[in-house]
Amino acid sequence: MSRYVIGRVGQALLVLWAAFTVSFVLLQALPGDAILIKFLNPELGLGPEQIAEIRASYGADVPLLSQYLHSIVNFLSGEFGYSVQAGVPVGDLLLANLPPSLWLATLGFLLATILAGVVAVLSTLAPFAWLRSLIQSVPSLFVSTPVFWLGILLIQVFSFQLRLIPVINPGPWEALILPVLTLAVPISAPLAQILIRNIDEVMTEPFIAVARAKGASRSWVLWKHVAKNAILPTLTIGGILFGELLAGAVVTEAVFGLNGIGGLTQRAVGSQDIAVLQALVVFSAVAFVLINLAVDLLYPVFDPRLRIRERAAA
Amino acid sequence: MTSMNTTGRSLLQNDAGVLEGSSRVFAAGHVGNLSGLQWLASLRGIKPGLVLAWSVIAIVVLWGLFPHWFTSYSGTVGVARQQLRAPSADHWLGTDALGRDLLARIIYGTSQSLSGAIVAVGVGLLVGTALGLVAGSARGKVESAVMRGVDVLLSIPQLLLSLSIVILLGFGTVNAAIAVGVTSIASFARLARSEVVRVRASDYVEAAFGSGGTFLRVLLRHILPNSLTSVIALAALQFGSAILAISTLGFLGYGAPPPTPEWGLLIAEGRNYIARAWWLTTAPGLVVILVVLSANRISRSFGKAGA
Repeated sequence: MSRYVIGRVGQALLVLWAAFTVSFVLLQALPGDAILIKFLNPELGLGPEQIAEIRASYGADVPLLSQYLHSIVNFLSGEFGYSVQAGVPVGDLLLANLPPSLWLATLGFLLATILAGVVAVLSTLAPFAWLRSLIQSVPSLFVSTPVFWLGILLIQVFSFQLRLIPVINPGPWEALILPVLTLAVPISAPLAQILIRNIDEVMTEPFIAVARAKGASRSWVLWKHVAKNAILPTLTIGGILFGELLAGAVVTEAVFGLNGIGGLTQRAVGSQDIAVLQALVVFSAVAFVLINLAVDLLYPVFDPRLRIRERAAA
Repeated sequence: MTSMNTTGRSLLQNDAGVLEGSSRVFAAGHVGNLSGLQWLASLRGIKPGLVLAWSVIAIVVLWGLFPHWFTSYSGTVGVARQQLRAPSADHWLGTDALGRDLLARIIYGTSQSLSGAIVAVGVGLLVGTALGLVAGSARGKVESAVMRGVDVLLSIPQLLLSLSIVILLGFGTVNAAIAVGVTSIASFARLARSEVVRVRASDYVEAAFGSGGTFLRVLLRHILPNSLTSVIALAALQFGSAILAISTLGFLGYGAPPPTPEWGLLIAEGRNYIARAWWLTTAPGLVVILVVLSANRISRSFGKAGA
C-alpha cells in the first residue's frame, strides 16, 4: 500500500515537472515578446539601449537554459515573476483575483451538483418512459450549448425582458446569480451523465432485483440502495470538472465583465503577458494533479469493496 | 495504473455516457409498429434522429460550399436604411447594426467555422493517432514516454492550452483551429493506442506476423483498418466540440478578425445590442447547438457500428 502511495506521488511530481517544462518551452519560444510590445511604443520614446536595459532587468536577455533553471527554482520557492503589463508580481495578481473566482466556482459547482442530482433522479423516477428519455437527453443538450451564448441569453431574458435583475449597479449577490447559473450548466452536464449511467448500472445489480422483489418501490430502492453506490464513481471525474470550472470561469467572467482568474487570463492573452499565463498553466496543472491524486488515494477509503480486493491481492 | 489513466478512462466513459443518453431517446421514436406494406418495413431500421442529424450536417456543409445558393444578401455588405430590423419575410433572421442580413452572415460564416473544425480535428486525428499507433505498436520505453506526454497534455485545462498556443501562433482562424486541435491530440492518442493494443492481441494479427508480414505491412494492412471505426467516432465527437471551442475563441476575440462572419464573433458582436435586438445573439447560438448536437448524434451511430 505505501509503495503504491509513493509511486503515485512520484508520478504526480513527474507530470507537474513536465507540465512546467511544456508551458515554459511553449511560451518562451514565442516570436512576440511582452516587453517589446509594451516598451517599443513610440510614444514612450525609449531608445534601444534603454529597452535592452529593461529586458535585462526582467531577466529576458540571458540564455534560455539558465532562464529555465532560474524560473524552476523561483516557482519552487513561490516566486512567479513579474507581470510585464501590470508591473506587479504575478503572485500578487493571482491572490488579488482569486477570491471572486473562488466564489463563482464554489457556488457554480454547488448549483451544478444540485442540477445534476435533480436531472439524474428525475430521469429514473419520472412517470412516463418518454419523459424519462427526454430528461436523459438534457445533459447532451447542455454539453452542446456554448457557455458564452448561454450567459448572453440569460442576461437578455432576466435583465432585459423580465427586468428581474438590474444590469446597472446590481447588488453583490444579484450580480452573482446569472454568472453562477451560466457556469453551473456546463459543469452539471458531465456530472449528470455519469450519475445517470451509474444509476442505470446499479439498477441492474442482483441486490436491486431482490429489494424490488421484496416489494420495495422504485424510489425507495433509489434512495436506500442505488444512491450510495452511484455517487462514488462520480469522484473520478473531479480533475476534468476542475478544468471545466476554470474554462467556464474564463468565459463567464468575460461575458459578465467580472474581475477574477478568468478576466486575468483573458488580459494576459491579449497582452502576451507570458509570466502570468505560465503561472496560470502551472497553477491549474498543480490543482488537476492534486485532485486526481486525492481521488486515487481516497477512493479505497470511501469504497470498502476496494480495500477488501486489495487485501486479497496482497 | 496512474491517476491520469483513471481520468482518461472516465473521459471516454463520459463520452460513451453522452452516446447512450440520447440514443434511448431516438430509439424510443421508432418503436411504433409498422406493418403491412413492405417498403414501410424497410424504413424500420431508419432512426429519425440520425436522419435529422445527417440532414443538419448536409445543409451546413452546403452552406459552407455554396453560400450564394441559399441567400441573395451579402455576408459582409449591409443594406442602407435596414439597420437592426427584427426577423421578417424579407430578412428571415433580421438584420444587424450595419443593415447586414443575419441569415446571410450565418450562412457565409459557415465555411469559417467548418473549415476551422476540420483543421482542428485533422490536427488531433493525424498527430494523436500517429502517436497512439507508435505507442501501441512499439511498447516498452517508447510507449510509456508517449503516454506520459499525453498525461501532461491532459493535465492542462483545454482552454488554457489552446490560449497558450494562440499566444504562440498569433490570432486568426487557422491559428485558433490549430490551437483547438492540439487539445484533442491526447484523447486521439489514448484511444488509438488502446485500439492497437486490442487488435494486436487478436489471432489474425498473430497469423499475419506468423506468415512473414513485416511490422509496417501488418500495421498498415491489419491493425490500422481495424482500429479506425472508433477513431472515426471520436473524430465526429471532436468535430462537434471543435466547433464549440472555435466559436468560444472567436467570441473572446482570438479567432477571425471582425468583418469576417464567424459564428462566435457574430454572437460577440450581437452582444452590444441585446437590449434591442435579441435575434442577433440567439440565432447564431441555436445554429451552433444544432450542429454540435448533430455531430454528437452521428458520432454515437459510428460508436454503435464499431461495438
